[in-house]
Amino acid sequence: MHPWIGAGDEDRARILSELGIGSIDDLFAAIPEAVRITDLPLPPAADEHAVRRAFAELAAGNVVPDNRPCFLGAGVYRHIQPAVVDAVLSRAEFFTSYTPYQPEISQGTLQAIFEFQTLISELSGCEVANASLYDGATALVEAVLFCHRVQRGKRDRVVVAETLHPLYRRVLDTYARAQRLDVVVVEPEADGRPDPGRLAVAAEGACCVAVQSPNFVGVVEDLPALVRVVHEAGALAVQVVTESVSLGLLEGGGAHGCDVVCGEAQSFGIAPGFGGPHLGFFACAAKNLRQMPGRLVGETVDEEGRRAFCLTLSTREQHIRRAKATSNICTNQGLMALAATVWLELVGGHGLQELARSNLARAEELKRRLADLGGTWRLAYPDSPTFNELLLVGPVGGEELVRRLATEGVLGGLAARRWGGSWPDGLLVTVTERNPAADLDALCAALGRIS
Amino acid sequence: MRRRALREEPLIFERNPTRSRRQGVLLPPLDVPDVDPASVLPADQLRDADPAVPDVGELEVVQHFHRLSQLNYAVDEGLYPLGSCTMKYNPRVDEVVARLDGLAQLHPLQPEDQVQGALRLMWELEEALKAITGMAGATLQPAAGAHGELTGILMIRKALESRGDARDVVLVPDSAHGTNPATAAFAGYQAVEIPSNDRGTVDMAALDELMTDRVAAVMLTVPNTLGVFEHRIVDIAELVHSRGGLLYLDGANLNAFVGRALPGLMGADAMHINLHKTFSTPHGGGGPGAGPVVVSEALVPHLPVPRVLRDGDLFHLVWDDDASIGAMRGFYGNFLVLVRALAFIRSLGAGGLKLMSEVAVLYANLIRHRLRGAYHLPYDAPCMHEVVFDDAVQDEHEVRNINIAKRLLDYGFHPPTMSFPIIVHGALMIEPAESASPEEVEAFCEAMLAIAREASEQPELVRGAPHDAPARRVDEVRAARNLRVRWQPPEAAE
Repeated sequence: MHPWIGAGDEDRARILSELGIGSIDDLFAAIPEAVRITDLPLPPAADEHAVRRAFAELAAGNVVPDNRPCFLGAGVYRHIQPAVVDAVLSRAEFFTSYTPYQPEISQGTLQAIFEFQTLISELSGCEVANASLYDGATALVEAVLFCHRVQRGKRDRVVVAETLHPLYRRVLDTYARAQRLDVVVVEPEADGRPDPGRLAVAAEGACCVAVQSPNFVGVVEDLPALVRVVHEAGALAVQVVTESVSLGLLEGGGAHGCDVVCGEAQSFGIAPGFGGPHLGFFACAAKNLRQMPGRLVGETVDEEGRRAFCLTLSTREQHIRRAKATSNICTNQGLMALAATVWLELVGGHGLQELARSNLARAEELKRRLADLGGTWRLAYPDSPTFNELLLVGPVGGEELVRRLATEGVLGGLAARRWGGSWPDGLLVTVTERNPAADLDALCAALGRIS
Repeated sequence: MRRRALREEPLIFERNPTRSRRQGVLLPPLDVPDVDPASVLPADQLRDADPAVPDVGELEVVQHFHRLSQLNYAVDEGLYPLGSCTMKYNPRVDEVVARLDGLAQLHPLQPEDQVQGALRLMWELEEALKAITGMAGATLQPAAGAHGELTGILMIRKALESRGDARDVVLVPDSAHGTNPATAAFAGYQAVEIPSNDRGTVDMAALDELMTDRVAAVMLTVPNTLGVFEHRIVDIAELVHSRGGLLYLDGANLNAFVGRALPGLMGADAMHINLHKTFSTPHGGGGPGAGPVVVSEALVPHLPVPRVLRDGDLFHLVWDDDASIGAMRGFYGNFLVLVRALAFIRSLGAGGLKLMSEVAVLYANLIRHRLRGAYHLPYDAPCMHEVVFDDAVQDEHEVRNINIAKRLLDYGFHPPTMSFPIIVHGALMIEPAESASPEEVEAFCEAMLAIAREASEQPELVRGAPHDAPARRVDEVRAARNLRVRWQPPEAAE
């Protein structure tokens, strides 16, 4: 017997007898002998305390970044995590329910997703947003495939800026091979951004051009200029956002005419979690709604005329369209979308702007302090606008610098060429509101000792 | 429903209409000089106003979501027999361990020597899944079942390509979940249906005919969506392999046979495992799930990167491998979901996992036994962990499966699955899972029997359901015709 199995030995005997079956084995008679086993090669059951102890030991085998100055970002960001978010997520009505197929008993989940769609639409500057995708990388893939469909499958080339997160590009490569799409990568110029002219040339005949802004090396792209040249070439423009808090200060790309704004919303109240679960988002123009991947919630009424919500446009989806669906996605990131919704509503519009401004101010302060170190450490792109990430270069390369800083008790950031790249071999440093001035002191002091 | 919210809950955007400034959260103090954004960021990209998110206080937010939560049905409320979804109890200790700072707060790009515990945890889960399935390798990357399917099919594609064998078709039974054909198409294959025979299993003669040298893979669900075990699975695997194809098993229904049979012995080349089904990680209102894939020796070289490798007591991530299909998502998987699954496996142990499947199958057969006669069984054979009825009996009174489902809401139960298998008209696919008490399963049966009686005696009562849910019947047609997928400020609406 086990507490998570509802029937005890006597219950099972009683049910077997009602079914007129002598042994539980009879219920498995359809399984051919050749594939049967009698026991699993696993340890026996463990009581709750044993489980807690085992996982506490696994957790103790890791260094928790909160206990030291940490400047890691690069797609996963450490922001405030108000207790309210986890308290809401811990309500069983949310976390032990499933996809709201039955709207009459799922209005809580449905309304929360409707609010999420509104928030993402608002922040992205696009007319409509879906209910979530797995993560930022797969959101990019879905965006590219979406553009390919909107272009009626006639343009099989995809252009991406090299400054789009290298992991996202890797995931795109995996899918592009299967879909026989040709991915062209445009390298950045000396200011950390692709040249609009070169992008325009690459965009000829492409279904879309995807850029990340702020980009992987921290630079805010000139989105209005890029969108102009991309559209002139007949391609669709995709903005990828990995640091969604930037949207507190910067308009989402929809405001500049981007056809898709997508990416990662982990910044909105979701723990780094060693890389997941995070939260992919996807927003586009209303006219292309029927090509959108993933779940979508719409407003309607119930029989008594009261406002109600339900899943809608499911004719795009696999359970109806099967092989002709816009995506094979089924389960997505519902609870993470709820987390982002709670977080955004708690932080509020003013609060998000203030939070973004605080990130900006801290990153600018770090730039000033680096300059005070006397020129040993410098910015790779000193004249380009940044939000809360910057590429730092100096006498030692990125990998070496990460190691040396770690011995000083500082998680300095990510070696920018971790996955290759045409940019300088430096350190990608991220500064958020979780880095008080004392963290900046610690980083600069450590850098001052390395030369 | 047994409980309803006291009042309708407005959208958050309808609160604080004057946009008076209230504080929902205190931000860390700005202990560096403030910077005017216009002095450092491009002026043409700055917002001229802050985002239109209302500013409300903390209690307002807490109450908002508390009230919304009360409009939801959940596993913690009662039986949730949604077929193919395996809605079982989500143990609280799993939630506790997944929230340990040493796991939840880890950044995925910390140096490997700082995350040895996390890498060990992933390696241990891979080993456990290999033991449970008898397969040679595993990846934890996929974020959900459908994502796992795609990962598996891409590995099969890579394996075929690496031996210079270009194939363009994937065979899928007509009883399959919709994600199977969608996955095949997404991976660049043509999906072709295999007809089912009158027992609901694969028609071997049809398979023999369809299994040409164009077929890359056959995707089978075991047991299938009718709750029937493909008893000729070994013959199917031999046929597929003998013609140069590979066998993909959809592990959505693994809860039926843990500790009883091994996919490795069935001849599977790849199978995804929905951790949010069999291994009880929370469904979260529609995710996050996790869909690890286990593979045969033939596919091990093609597993996605990054892979976790063990070298003595040290664990490493391998990022580059030309034989690999590449990366399927950012980072390593829905890690905190993996944590919960390993906690579940450890808690139940070898014996508990076997018992889990036994009781899941026992309950499904109890339901089959009790409802038989009152409801029609399109395929009348002993079932595994789920049983599929249809509405043929009730249809005579113009009561359809959807009406029965909505009437169940009045009795306080979540309805069964209706959207598939598409080979059953008016399907009611019932999967009780093992965690409920026998009394809860019996109460569900009583409710179903009562509805069967109502369907003949007062069919209009059933057709008008739900009468006692937080919302009356929701107009889904109107939602699709008159699309409103975001809130609009009053002046912008209409």
